[in-house]
Amino acid sequence: MLKNTYKSYPNEKGYFGQFGGRYVSETLMPLILEVEKEYEKIKNDKDFINEFNHYLKTYVGRPSPLFYAERISNDLGGPKIYFKRDELNHTGAHKINNCMGQILLAKRMGKSRIIAETGAGQHGVATATVCALFGLPCIVYMGEKDIERQSPNVFRMKLLGAEIRSVSTGSKSLKDAMNEALRDWVTNVKDTFYIIGTAAGPHPYPAMVRNFQSVIGKEVRKQLEEVEGKSPDLLMACIGGGSNALGLFHEFLDDSNVEMIAVEAAGHGINTDKHAASLTGGKPGVLHGNKTYLLQSKTGQIQEAHSISAGLDYPGIGPEHSFLFEEKRVTYMSATDKEALEAFQYCCKLEGIIPALEPAHALAVLKKIAKNYNKDKIIVMNMCGRGDKDIFTIADELKIKI
Amino acid sequence: MTNLISQAFKNDKKKLVTFVTGGDPDFKTSLQIINTIINNGADIMEIGMPFSDPMADGPTIQLSSNRAISKGIDLENIFSLASEAKKTKIDLPIILMGYYNLILHFGIEKFVKKCKENGVDGLIIVDLQPEEDEDLINELEKNEIDLIRLITPTTDEERLKLILKNASGFLYYVSVMGTTGQKSADLNELKKSVAFIKRHTNLPVVPGFGIKNSTDVNNICKIADGAVVGSSIIKIIEDNLNNKNKMLSEISKFSKDLKDGTKV
Repeated sequence: MLKNTYKSYPNEKGYFGQFGGRYVSETLMPLILEVEKEYEKIKNDKDFINEFNHYLKTYVGRPSPLFYAERISNDLGGPKIYFKRDELNHTGAHKINNCMGQILLAKRMGKSRIIAETGAGQHGVATATVCALFGLPCIVYMGEKDIERQSPNVFRMKLLGAEIRSVSTGSKSLKDAMNEALRDWVTNVKDTFYIIGTAAGPHPYPAMVRNFQSVIGKEVRKQLEEVEGKSPDLLMACIGGGSNALGLFHEFLDDSNVEMIAVEAAGHGINTDKHAASLTGGKPGVLHGNKTYLLQSKTGQIQEAHSISAGLDYPGIGPEHSFLFEEKRVTYMSATDKEALEAFQYCCKLEGIIPALEPAHALAVLKKIAKNYNKDKIIVMNMCGRGDKDIFTIADELKIKI
Repeated sequence: MTNLISQAFKNDKKKLVTFVTGGDPDFKTSLQIINTIINNGADIMEIGMPFSDPMADGPTIQLSSNRAISKGIDLENIFSLASEAKKTKIDLPIILMGYYNLILHFGIEKFVKKCKENGVDGLIIVDLQPEEDEDLINELEKNEIDLIRLITPTTDEERLKLILKNASGFLYYVSVMGTTGQKSADLNELKKSVAFIKRHTNLPVVPGFGIKNSTDVNNICKIADGAVVGSSIIKIIEDNLNNKNKMLSEISKFSKDLKDGTKV
């Protein structure tokens, strides 16, 4: 395969180079093969695509605007910075693009029960939302620690009729919620569809989630062509599992003149044991159905991740990112809790946008590197979520009582 | 040389296969537990390699893995347990069971070599199906170590054929849809499933998951070639963490009971 066809991955076994695959228990294998078969059927099916696009337009509110962040651009004194405003989607993040696709697939497969895992709660809220929309029961697994720090989203999910199951094993966050969701799935394999929230898990999930999210990059190409008459020079996004980044990047992967930077969560710092930077600080392994970079101990146990942002607090990353990392197609950098917090406040004050802590990580790096780009360059950053859910965490960090 | 697993199944007696997590609650006690089980009736011993994220396991084995990991148990310790257990009964097959990441991290070739050196006769890797196991199979075949295949209620005929392709030793039938130590199998369903598998292979079929006591073992042994018991033994460990003597005497008694259950 030629190097200039990054968009053609994964192969038929679900591999992006050496990453991806299907590492699940035998009980789940037949079902996962069925998900793949059904997904292949609908992927290019006109009726399915029309239905998906219809809901994206009338329910999610797509296309999301491409906004020229003029004050930040002027302040940084370099390139033109655009925000792809996926935080304006219904439910407040990019997550719903994928949930909409997967629930339409679940319906076609005749599944009557939906499960999901969630970290920050954005994927949980998006799943609960589409379940309410289509009248399917929804069970969301969420780490005890995340339930505490994302209480607004927990309440939203409950209002939407979802059942929240608190997970108190392991690190009590996203990784453990995913373990519990997989245990549920293996127990209820016949009637249940698992809506995975990021571009990870057994094949076909990484490719499927990416494809449902790739609407982001496709819109950016069209929108930027309209206002600037050209392609972006640099794309930026934060990564936990990496679905918003792939959503933005995928359309441009084969455009060799488009640079890409993805930002991992460095927590207290990459050199401490409290971070979530799987690529920078991890090594290849197998977890949650795929082979990918993982934070691991010396003996191969999965380590707990740390990030101020619950959405990035995961010791792994989608397999396509591991591939793009080794291929050096995308540059992977990181931002600490502190830097994200600063960028968060910076964005509020300069643009009147309260970002989620997740994209605040991308903005933190953008602030640092903007000076390396000339005024005629264009940077597009994915503003993948809004910060309403984070106000309690932020107030806590800033030692403000609300 | 004949592999010990195939040899164990040469006679018609039903087999008691037992599972404990290696290193739970600590290395020394774990070795005593394994020896107690072996001396009181186990025909095949499975030693679990504790992993931080045991996705196919219920709460009992999750907690058990955590206890072992918190004591710093790693694969080197597991190999020591295997070789010590082998000394207890030289012809008793030892199987290591666990998740693929630990093996990948250790290095496949090195792992299999260590297995050979320490008397490991077979492996059960929960999250490694035929689609992904080529690298491991190649090494195992060179060293005459069995990869024990898992077959489940969701396995259809097409997949069964794929699974049987490189199968050896025996077949582990996951008798329920779910995690370890939870639901119990429907015996009528189980009977049909075992018959379905036996139509395609001569390999012994041994069910596991949700088999809790001597009565369960007896019911299963009427249908299949043996039974796997794990969580119920580990529950005894969990319930007696502060009284090691009681823990061992109860495990001894329980193992004998289970063994009685295999007589049909």
